[in-house]
Amino acid sequence: MGRKLMNGNQAAALAVKYSRVQVVCAYPITPQTSLVENIAQMWAGGEFPGEYVSVESEYSALSYLIGASYSGARTFTATSCQGLAYMHELLHWAAGARLPIVLVNVNRALGAPWSLEPDQLDSLSQRDTGWIQFYCADVQEIMDTLIFSFRLVEQTRIPCMVVYDGFVLSHTYEVVEPPLQEQVDHFLLSPPSRAAFHTDKPQTIQAVTDSRYLSRVLQERHLSMLKIPGIVKELDHKFQEIFARSYPLAEGTNLETADTVIVAAGSLAQTVKSFLNTVEDRKEKLGLLRLRLFRPLPKDEIASLLSGDNIKKIVVIDRNVSAGVGGIFAQELRALLQGIPYRGKIFEFNLAGGIDLTPAMMEKVLQAISEDPGSEGKIIWGVDLQ
Amino acid sequence: MINTLVGDFSREEFMLSGHNACSGCGPAIAMRFIMKVAASGAVVVIPASCWSIISGVVPLRSLKTVVLHCPFPAAAATGGGIKKGLEAVGDSRTQVIVLAGDGGTFDIGLQGISGAAERNEDIIFICYDNEAYMNTGTQKSSATPYGSYSATTPAPKVKSDPKKDIMEIVAAHRVPYAATATIAFPGDLSQKIQRALETKGFRFIHILTPCPEGWGSPADITVKLSRLAVLTRLFPLYEIKNGAEYKLNFLPEDYLPVNEYLKPQKRFASLDKLQIEHIQESVENHWKELCCKTGTRK
Repeated sequence: MGRKLMNGNQAAALAVKYSRVQVVCAYPITPQTSLVENIAQMWAGGEFPGEYVSVESEYSALSYLIGASYSGARTFTATSCQGLAYMHELLHWAAGARLPIVLVNVNRALGAPWSLEPDQLDSLSQRDTGWIQFYCADVQEIMDTLIFSFRLVEQTRIPCMVVYDGFVLSHTYEVVEPPLQEQVDHFLLSPPSRAAFHTDKPQTIQAVTDSRYLSRVLQERHLSMLKIPGIVKELDHKFQEIFARSYPLAEGTNLETADTVIVAAGSLAQTVKSFLNTVEDRKEKLGLLRLRLFRPLPKDEIASLLSGDNIKKIVVIDRNVSAGVGGIFAQELRALLQGIPYRGKIFEFNLAGGIDLTPAMMEKVLQAISEDPGSEGKIIWGVDLQ
Repeated sequence: MINTLVGDFSREEFMLSGHNACSGCGPAIAMRFIMKVAASGAVVVIPASCWSIISGVVPLRSLKTVVLHCPFPAAAATGGGIKKGLEAVGDSRTQVIVLAGDGGTFDIGLQGISGAAERNEDIIFICYDNEAYMNTGTQKSSATPYGSYSATTPAPKVKSDPKKDIMEIVAAHRVPYAATATIAFPGDLSQKIQRALETKGFRFIHILTPCPEGWGSPADITVKLSRLAVLTRLFPLYEIKNGAEYKLNFLPEDYLPVNEYLKPQKRFASLDKLQIEHIQESVENHWKELCCKTGTRK
């Protein structure tokens, strides 16, 4: 198939079709809406042979998939902000029940007040639910990561959330190379097609337990999560063999030479990358660390990417804020870098509320940290630099 | 007109002894009957309720069938998803039976039920109604009747609002089958489960199940109270097909006054004469409405 122009939501819908999902269940919410509309269109036209069920809430959407997944079907849903928050209880349940569900979350700010801006707190505040989380940087990556995720969840039985920025990626058109159906069929395992139960064999699933049993379950989930970075790497080799594209757990640019490293996730990383490419003759040597797999955080990879003596300063860009703490990516990075031989300083640059990152703003941040080394520990707010 | 006999229940027990129910538990008796009719070839979905506990704490279990637990408000959607998922993997035979308490039906589960009913999901939703959150110690639900004590409507502030009419709510969705039943008329209950099994689409059965602990009634009158609820017309036995065809299944020869039903229950201890008269009046009004819908002259 040739290259095509499409936006993030269209790419995600196509990935669902190629992945031969059996049950899609969703509730519309801006900016996810065109994703589910695209699936509904393909379903109505007979192009998508799976079931498409439109329910009365996000709560029921994920409940429905929990049911369908218990029955052994390949399942998908998509949501955003309030919808993801409304699913919260079920996110925990799906992970606890080890159900291989794939979910797209299109980042949008949580109210109050109402907003349509691409703040990341919706997905980041679900980081402890036990789901794998990927943050995508472009439209091709959305399509590829989704296809990849179906294989990943069915192999590990840990559900996966594929995250991308509202509007910036969901509604922006980019050139994409769609896969061939044979390639996807070759990469994915056949759908589980096996229920978690058999009516001839009485059993009770997810019944009340005592602390000892529960602790084992939670321990097992934690240990399974720790294996995810290794499994993602392995699967990425297979993916590369078939699709000739590859995605790292975390992506480094100019990290061998940089004295100042900018850390960002999602489309923000693309913005920073073009900033690196366009700005020459500056006193700092800039590098970029893009966070892609966020849950579990690939500790070893990130530590090794940031291990160079050349790195003196790290600027973490967060488009979210955990009130009273600061940016969540910054918080996670600080925790990760604890106890490893690292000498650089960490600065926080915060775009909470969905502030757009501009080159002028980037310049001001770099200036601020070079003029005031004491700004480490303080937050530089994008809104103050506009 | 009603099969009041125990009748042709299977001799096989799908509910095992040694379960976690309290003595005289109405929901336990209801489950035993339901399972005898429907257990084979079925999956049972249970949201948070007394039955989350009665079904057993790992590694024990009290039901000889497949039981899937799910979060409190999620039962109807989870049930629908199970059915859709089974169809997707080529199993169109297995029946999905959701068994929820009144909290999971009248209150926190209502939105999911409305959605599943509107989509006509192919599941049987059974509400065992003990008229409050009994699993957590008798807090009021919207199924708690007028005048009843609960831990969150303590005397003298007993429940001042009437019980929600769940049958009318479900019927308004024009679902293929809805019925009320009690454990005092097991033949009738059995027939209704059977009819539900033979019908496609969203099926709803509302079973009144006394709770000695929460109602403040002796454990040995659970079945008697269920019968009194019918004989006083406080809980009429009826069916609604396609949301429109009403049928009364039992017309008591002589109606008993509601006080016969209220008196043995400590939860109604604070009721005065006027309040009892008010209950009597609302029972008669409801009965008249039902008779009108069924074309019954009585």
